Amino acid sequence: MQNHHEPVVPAGTALSDEDVAREAAALEEVWHGRSGFWGWLTSVDHKSIGKRYIVTAFAMFLAGGILAAMMRTQLMRPENTLLGPDRYNQIFTTHGTTMMFLFAVPIMTAMGTYFVPLMVGARSIAFPRANAFGYWTYFVGVVFLYVSLIANTGPDTGWFAYVPLSGPQYAPGHRVDVWAQVVTFTEIAALVAAVNIIVTTFKMRSPGMSLNRLPLFVWAQLVVSFMIVFAMPAVATGSTLMLAEDRAVNTHWFNPAEGGDALLWQHVFWFFGHPEVYIIFLPALGFITPIVETFARRKVFGYTALVMSNITTAFFAFGLWVHHMFATPIPELGQSLFTAASMLIAIPTGIQIFCWLATLWAGRPEFRVPLLFVLGFIFTFVNGGITGVMLASVAFDKQAHDTFFVVAHLHYVLIGGGVMPLFGAFYFWFPKITGRMLDETLGKVNFWLFLIGVNVAFFPMHVLGLEGMPRRVYTYLSSTGWGPLNLVSTIGAYVIALSVVVFLVNVIKSWIGGEAAGHNPWNSSGLEWATSSPPPPYNFVHVPVTTSRHPLWDTDVHLPVMTGLRSDRREVLITTTFDARPDHRHEDPEPSIWPLYLALCMGLTFIGSIFSPYLVLVGLGASLPGLLAWAWQSLNSHRGPDRVAAPDVLAETT
Amino acid sequence: MHSAFDPASPQAHLIASLWWWMLGVGGTIWIIVIATMFYVSFTKHRHREPDDPQHVSEATHRRMERAVIAAGLVTVLVLTVFLGFDYSVGHALAQHPQRALTINVTGHQWWWEAEYEDPDPSKRITTANEIHVPVGQPVQFKLRAADVIHSFWVPNLNGKRDLIPGYVSSQWFRADTAGVYRGQCAEFCGLQHAKMALYIVAEPPAKFAAWMAAAAQSPPPPADSARLYGQRVFLSSGCAVCHTIGGTQAQAFVGPPLTHLKSRATIAAGTLTNTRANLMGWITNPQAIKPGVRMPAYPLTPLQLEALVDYLETLK
Repeated sequence: MQNHHEPVVPAGTALSDEDVAREAAALEEVWHGRSGFWGWLTSVDHKSIGKRYIVTAFAMFLAGGILAAMMRTQLMRPENTLLGPDRYNQIFTTHGTTMMFLFAVPIMTAMGTYFVPLMVGARSIAFPRANAFGYWTYFVGVVFLYVSLIANTGPDTGWFAYVPLSGPQYAPGHRVDVWAQVVTFTEIAALVAAVNIIVTTFKMRSPGMSLNRLPLFVWAQLVVSFMIVFAMPAVATGSTLMLAEDRAVNTHWFNPAEGGDALLWQHVFWFFGHPEVYIIFLPALGFITPIVETFARRKVFGYTALVMSNITTAFFAFGLWVHHMFATPIPELGQSLFTAASMLIAIPTGIQIFCWLATLWAGRPEFRVPLLFVLGFIFTFVNGGITGVMLASVAFDKQAHDTFFVVAHLHYVLIGGGVMPLFGAFYFWFPKITGRMLDETLGKVNFWLFLIGVNVAFFPMHVLGLEGMPRRVYTYLSSTGWGPLNLVSTIGAYVIALSVVVFLVNVIKSWIGGEAAGHNPWNSSGLEWATSSPPPPYNFVHVPVTTSRHPLWDTDVHLPVMTGLRSDRREVLITTTFDARPDHRHEDPEPSIWPLYLALCMGLTFIGSIFSPYLVLVGLGASLPGLLAWAWQSLNSHRGPDRVAAPDVLAETT
Repeated sequence: MHSAFDPASPQAHLIASLWWWMLGVGGTIWIIVIATMFYVSFTKHRHREPDDPQHVSEATHRRMERAVIAAGLVTVLVLTVFLGFDYSVGHALAQHPQRALTINVTGHQWWWEAEYEDPDPSKRITTANEIHVPVGQPVQFKLRAADVIHSFWVPNLNGKRDLIPGYVSSQWFRADTAGVYRGQCAEFCGLQHAKMALYIVAEPPAKFAAWMAAAAQSPPPPADSARLYGQRVFLSSGCAVCHTIGGTQAQAFVGPPLTHLKSRATIAAGTLTNTRANLMGWITNPQAIKPGVRMPAYPLTPLQLEALVDYLETLK
C-alpha cells in the first residue's frame, strides 16, 4: 500500500552541478534575511529562532542550576544560616519554575522548531512569524522572572503555587503575580510552538514521506505538541484566569470561606502538571532513536511499537494527575484508579527501552559521546521509573509524598529521562547547527562527571525522604541526623556543576575551532543530514523526495529531489496530510519586526495586569497597530496558493 | 525516632513491608535491565550482522522480536502482581476502627493544635505540638487547617494526610510500642514550614490516663508575689492576645495554648528544648530563631522577663 504513491524518478534527469549552483544562488538571494542587529531582530528563519531558543533555554538551565547549587549549599549542614527562609523560598520556587517552564519545555520545543522542518525536508516552518513571536514572548517571561528575583520579588510559594498559601490573604505583594504571569508567557510560547510543529509535520513533509515514514524524533514532537494543546489551557485557566482573578479583583474561586475550593486548584494545576512531565520526556525519547540507530548502525527495531508507545504514553499521561494528590481527602476508590493508570504508563515506556536495547543487540555499537549519554539515560532513568511505579502505590506514597524521596525520584526521571538524552542530542546535532564537531575527550569527561554527580547528588535523597525529611525546608535540626547524607548530596551537586562547566568549555572551544563537520559527520540516515552544516536559510537547494524511513541509508548515492518550486520568491511546498503528496505551493513570509513588537505589547499587557487593569487596556491598544501591520504584510506579499497537481519535475542530485 | 524504616504501628508495618518488597523486586529489575544494557552493548555475539544497516537477517529479527515481547509480558505480569499487593495493603489501611480515641488536630502557621474529643465539652483537653496517645489502642485524628494547607505526618506510625482549609480529613493508627515519635509538617506552608514539628508520645494506658487527668486540670494560681507579677506581665503585655492559659482570662488560639507549658519537652513546635534559657531567648527574640514566625518580640525589662518565665515555669 505504501508503494502506491511512491514518486517515480524519471531516468536520466540528474541535475548537473551547474544547475544546483545556479539554484542555490537564486535561493540565497531570496531567502537571505537582512544582516546586522536589525536582521537579527526581524529574523523569521526557524533555524535562527531555534538557535536563540536553545541558547536562551540552556542559559535558564544554568540559572536554575546556580539556584540549585545555592540550595544544596544551604542544606549541606544542619541549621546553616547562608540563606534565610524568605530567600530560600524564592530560590526553590524560582528553581522549579525555571527548570519546568523556562528550561525543560522550551528547550524541547526549541529543538523541534530547529529540526522538524529539516527532518521533514521542508524549506521553512509553517508559521515563521508566529514562531518568532513565540520566542520573544518566552524571552519576555525569562527577563521578567529574573528581574523580579533580583529585585527580591521572586515567587515564593513553590512552582505549584498551592492556594490558599498563594492566595491574596497569605501572599500579599506581587511575588505570586510574577509567577502567574511567567507561566502565562511560557504557555503562549509553548502553544505557538506546538501549533507550528503540528502544521509543519502534517502539511510540509517532503513528497513521499507518508506518516508511516515519519522520523521518530518528529513523531515525538508531534505527539507532544498535541499534549501541549490539551494541557496548557488547564494551567492557563488556573493561573492566568482564576488565581490572578482571586488576587487582582477579589473573586473567590479558591477561597473556602466564600464557597470556593482550595482543592480545585490542585486538580487544575496537576491536570497540566503531570502531562508536563511527559511533554519534557517524550521529545527526549525522540532524540534517542536516531542516536541509537546511527551508532549501532542498525535501523531501530519496532518502529510501529515505538510510535504506538508515544501515543499511548501521551494518552495515559492525562489520567495520572491525582497521584500528586494521594494525601488529600479524595475517596480511596478514586485514588486506586489513578494507581492503576500510573502503573500502566510504565508499559509503553518499558517497551521503548526494550526496543532500543534490541537494536543495540543486533548492531555494532560505537561508543561515541551521544551513545554514552543514551546508556546514561537508561542507567539513571530506569531507576526513576521504578521509584515512579512505587509512588503509584497510595499506601507507599503516603509515606514518600512531599519528602526528599520524591525529590530524588523526579530528578532521576527528569535528569535521566530529559537532560541525559538532551546532552546526547547536543553532541549529536551540534555539528549540524554550527558546522563543527564537539570535542570527544571533553565530551567523555562531561559524561562521566555528570553521571557520577547525578547519582551521588540524588541517590541519598531516597533515604533522607524515608527517614522523614520533607521537601521545601530551608533547614533542619541537627538532632534529625540528616546531616551526613545531605553533605554527600551537596558534593554530588558540585560534581554536576563541574561537568556542566566542562560542557560549556567544550562548546566554546569547539564552536571557535572545532573540527569541521561536513554534511553528515556521523553517516546518519535522516534528511537533516542531506544539507550543509549549518544549513542554508532555505534548508535544501532542492526539496528532497522520500522513499523510505531512512532516506540517506536506503538511497545509495543519489537522493531523489523534486524541482519546480519558484526560486524568485520564498516558496514552500505543501503536501497532503497522510501520504505527503504534493498539493500546492505557498509563499513564506519575509522578515518582520512585528513579532517582536507584539511580544513586547503582550509583556506590557500581562505584566501590567499585575499593577492595574488599565494597563491591560493600554497593552491591548498598543498591540492593535502591530496586528494590523502583521496582517498588512501578509496581504501585500501573499498572492494565494498555487495549486500543483503533482511535482513538476523529479530529478536526482548527489 | 523519626523514620519510615522503623515502624511502630500495624499501619506503618504494612507500608514498610510493602516498601521492602518493592525495593527487592524493583532493585532486581533495575539490575537485570542494566546488566542487559551492558550485555547488548559490550559483548560480541555470534549473530552479529555485517556493518550494513540494511541487512538484518530473519533469524536476528525474530530473536529481537521474541526478546522484546517477553520483556513486555514480564513487565505486565510484575505490574499486575504489584497492583494486587498494593490494593490489599490499601484495603487494610482503609479499615477505620469502630471505636477510637478521637483527636482533632488543627494545623496553624506554624504549630499543631490538638483537642481530645469528649461528649462533655468541659472535659475536652487542648494541647499543642506534643500529642499523647495510649499504646495498643486505635487513635483517630480529624484533621483541619486554620490557614493554609499543612500535612500531618509521623512516619513511624502511618503515612501522611493533608490538612486542607474547607475539608476535614482523617487518619488513624495504633501505636504498639511505647515511645516518642517525631513528625514534621510535610506540605509547604510558608516561611517556617521547616520548623513545624510535632511529637507523638505513646505511653501505656495507665500513664496516658494520668496524663489526661493532669491535662484536664487548670494550673494552680501563682503562689508568691514574683509569680503573681509574672502572671500580670503575661496578661498585660500582649501574650494573652494569642495564647491560652487555663484558669486565667487568656483564652486565645492564635498561638499554642500554654496551660501545661512545662509538661512539654520542646517549645516553638519542636524547635528548642524546653529549658529556662531557651524560653527566655524565645520570648526575647523569636524572629531570630524562627524568622517570619507570627510571634513578635516584646520589649520586656529584665525584671519583667524573669518574673514572666518564673510564672511560666509553674505551668506544669
